[in-house]
Amino acid sequence: MKNNVGIYIFIMFAVTYLIRVIPLTLIRKEIKNRTLRSFLFYVPYVTLAVMTFPAIINATDSPLAGAFALAAGILFAWFGMPLLPVSVLSCILVFILELFLK
Amino acid sequence: MTKENTQIDNLTWFIKGLRDGVPISLGYLAVAFSLGIAARNAGLSAFSASMASALCLASAGEFGGFTLIAAQASYLEMAIMEFVINMRYMLMSTVLSQKLPQNTSTFKRLLLGMTVTDEIFAISVSVPKKLNPFYSYGAVAIAAPGWTLGTALGVIMGNLLPANVVSALSVGLYGMFLAIIIPPARKNRVLLLIISISMILSGLFTYMPLLSSINSGFRIIILTVCISLAAALIFPFKENENEE
Repeated sequence: MKNNVGIYIFIMFAVTYLIRVIPLTLIRKEIKNRTLRSFLFYVPYVTLAVMTFPAIINATDSPLAGAFALAAGILFAWFGMPLLPVSVLSCILVFILELFLK
Repeated sequence: MTKENTQIDNLTWFIKGLRDGVPISLGYLAVAFSLGIAARNAGLSAFSASMASALCLASAGEFGGFTLIAAQASYLEMAIMEFVINMRYMLMSTVLSQKLPQNTSTFKRLLLGMTVTDEIFAISVSVPKKLNPFYSYGAVAIAAPGWTLGTALGVIMGNLLPANVVSALSVGLYGMFLAIIIPPARKNRVLLLIISISMILSGLFTYMPLLSSINSGFRIIILTVCISLAAALIFPFKENENEE
């Protein structure tokens, strides 16, 4: 007997949503512990860094174009360019580079 | 403590969220397109696939889920898989719990749970001081339709979008991540060091023979917990409010 696609999707939704909502609803007080606070301060930076590299290099057809986008993105952001321009310029850079790297 | 922030009109924050959600939505459209192709390969209809996207709003979780549907895995396997792949959201949600004003109602917290994705989390934590949840609601209000529509289009149209356009669009979200983590690292050497170490270890875990067998969701959670914990022990955060 084939399993039901609707039930699969419901399980996907239920597990994903519970994971997201449990800490938000249960942790209502300010965490005082210094180590834990420091830990939570570092989490976003570490997790975004880990998600960006090396995934950015594997996301593009040409890894070299991805590597350039990484370097350029770091440079643009370093000199204070806002979110949207950094994002759009990285895309344009990859598009142009891949015209030549084929 | 949070008076100034709570006085700022919720609508203003919602609109700000909508605006910052635009690049996320466009990035989602592109990524979800390939997700839709994966869903089609798994035998899902455009309706089922876009339902999954609207409800889950999770790239890795959905890719994994569609793979299991194709394999006709058991419901228990599906639950465990989703738990492992999406465990990082638990950490993000804990971070957000500290970013919210303490008196935020349960209903608002339940709604905020719907917005915890890598990208919306990223812009939500980068808001100065406390987070007005309406900012995240605004972002998800524009990002979720992009994600859902992209999935549906992927199922229906398959490979219609030229490959080089998909390839170019796929770095957009990473560019955004960089725009969030790099500027604070310029001012804070410790952050710069930690971000560099994170990228190096992530590279090692992706390419080293034995380590590379760990799936990406699990790799992200292991590295996030270990590196952040080490950083917290070696460089404890100075006691001056929630400043970035």
